[in-house]
Amino acid sequence: MPAGPSRADGAPGALRPSRPAHWGRYPAAMVQPAPGPGGEGAALPARDGPALRVSGLTKRFGDRAAFEDVSFEVARGEVFGFLGPNGAGKTTTVRTLGTLIAPTSGSAEVAGLPLSPQNGEAIRRRISVMPENPGLYSRLTVRENLELFASLYGLRSPGERIAGALDAVRLADRSEDRCGRLSKGLRQRVGLARALLNDPEVIFLDEPTSGLDPVAAGEVHDLINGWRQRGVTVFLTTHRLAEAERLCDRVAILNTRLRSVGSPKDLRASLFGGSLVVETATPLPDPRAVFAGVAAVMEWTEGGNGTYLLSVADPRQAAPQVARAVVAAGADLISLAESQHSLEDVYLQLIDDDGSAPR
Amino acid sequence: MSGPDLGRLLAMTRKEAREFRRTPFILGAMVVLPVIFIIEPLIDIFRLGSSTPASAVQKVVGVTFLLMLIVPAVLPSTIAAYSVIGERDQGTLEPLLTTPVRRSELLLGKALAAMIPSVLVSYVIFGVVLLCAHLFAANQTVVATLSNGPEILAEVLFAPLLSGWSIAVGTGISARASDVRIAQQLGTLASLPPLAVTALVSFQVLTPSVPVAVGFGLGFLVIDIAMWRVVAAMFDRERLITGARALAAGGGGGGGRPPGTVRRIQMVQEGDHE
Ligand SMILES: Nc1ncnc2c1ncn2[C@@H]1O[C@H](COP(=O)(O)OP(=O)(O)OP(=O)(O)O)[C@@H](O)[C@H]1O
Ligand SMILES: [Mg+2]
Repeated sequence: MPAGPSRADGAPGALRPSRPAHWGRYPAAMVQPAPGPGGEGAALPARDGPALRVSGLTKRFGDRAAFEDVSFEVARGEVFGFLGPNGAGKTTTVRTLGTLIAPTSGSAEVAGLPLSPQNGEAIRRRISVMPENPGLYSRLTVRENLELFASLYGLRSPGERIAGALDAVRLADRSEDRCGRLSKGLRQRVGLARALLNDPEVIFLDEPTSGLDPVAAGEVHDLINGWRQRGVTVFLTTHRLAEAERLCDRVAILNTRLRSVGSPKDLRASLFGGSLVVETATPLPDPRAVFAGVAAVMEWTEGGNGTYLLSVADPRQAAPQVARAVVAAGADLISLAESQHSLEDVYLQLIDDDGSAPR
Repeated sequence: MSGPDLGRLLAMTRKEAREFRRTPFILGAMVVLPVIFIIEPLIDIFRLGSSTPASAVQKVVGVTFLLMLIVPAVLPSTIAAYSVIGERDQGTLEPLLTTPVRRSELLLGKALAAMIPSVLVSYVIFGVVLLCAHLFAANQTVVATLSNGPEILAEVLFAPLLSGWSIAVGTGISARASDVRIAQQLGTLASLPPLAVTALVSFQVLTPSVPVAVGFGLGFLVIDIAMWRVVAAMFDRERLITGARALAAGGGGGGGRPPGTVRRIQMVQEGDHE
């Protein structure tokens, strides 16, 4: 049994910001939902545990690892983003947690049940998976597709559930159309409606917006946000970093091995630290003297034309000090802002650390 | 292990039936095959004069019974292969296998959907040929032999049993094969040996009697069950899914990316929607 996730931090640290040791081993407090009144320490039934608990999970095809030694937890009600380049192992992870393929080693709990062949059926009742390709019967109508799955889930009042799912994805008026004739965006929505039928505890979405136009993608985002409000756990793989940033409570970055896990904000902060951009009307005569006098500024560089980039530990705390120092130096301060790194910067940084992507 | 759930099994069958009804290839086969297999033996039967020697009559009867069994022996394997590979091509196996459906429900549901129409078609063919022979045949020996109880019993029993074998073979092959045509051709080939065995009864190499018909029927049943066990073992989630992946990559179908490329991530600008 692997003792825990071992992080292979590839590149030598010189040019890279060093990564905090807790990456990927985020404290449980970040993961667990706040305990209810009196709930602390009580023996909790399985359903109150995390939605997903993955520990040292590995899947190999022959001698090639699709993913290796992956460990993370996803709390109930969380929208969890799973990012990584092509071939990183995202789909294989979804299939493994979705009970379609067996892991080579490691263990996992899905919707409160240990991942094992014996639990396969019970897990499948509690989850739903929308694969990369939604996989609809093109000769059947939207309704007929949903009817099949409603029966396979053994739903009590399938008619109502189907109507509800169709309403949720706003497809009620297309329910008699054959799926083969629907546009990609509509097919994707049928796939989402199908994923809703069994009222799952965990929904796995494998690139639900790939190939969708911005409006259609936005509709999918709205749906996911709606699920979050209802407390459904969503495991979302995506290549769209802006999407992950907007939707996900936390993201994991995978490149065969897990590179990091955390909220987009924490990832940015821990990878890039804080930084401030200062702009003055005219270049400061002696910037060294100005910034050296501010304790919070750890490092600074000149961007030209009176702009300066300052590395600070806490931008909110440092900003007023910097403002005072600049004004005290007699300069006209035009703007002072926190510099923004996108999740994409984080992603590229981590993936570039690995040298090359797996395939 | 608890048995298959009838609701889920029949849901599969219903789904298959709906798809078949909208598949020109299967509908066509259901229409064309009866026509061929009704006309062909009737021509032979009507050609017999009232004084044709018994050996020639017997040959026609043998061919007729054999032709009656070709439909249930061959058609279901073709349908089954088409249905399994159709699931893969449409990418429906993956969502299907993430539901609580069991292997047995899936397989039996599909089998039933392929078996019912094939067996019905073969009974209709048989009924029509028998009726036409009664009404119009000049040779009375052929009518009497065709209406021979044990022969009819053999016919009625063998049709579903041959189709059971045929579906198992078609399903098994298509669980592994990637191309529907190859699967169908192999399936057709593999459906023939049991047909050869029935020929022993059709051509009265073994005198048709109730015990012979029932004996052969039981034999087929045992073989069918054994074959189904083998096929069920082949129908394992992981193999179907990872096999499907190889297929999707090769077929270049919906959304497959060429292997060996690393793409930069797709950027979506803020404000792309809302
Ligand atoms: N059935 C299989 N047989 C052999 N190798 C496989 C199989 N499925 C996946 N792989 C390999 O495992 C690795 C991970 O593949 P996977 O499809 O999980 O990546 P992904 O992160 O989903 O990529 P993408 O972003 O392109 O969808 C790849 O190297 C892939 O070639
Ligand atoms: Mg993928």
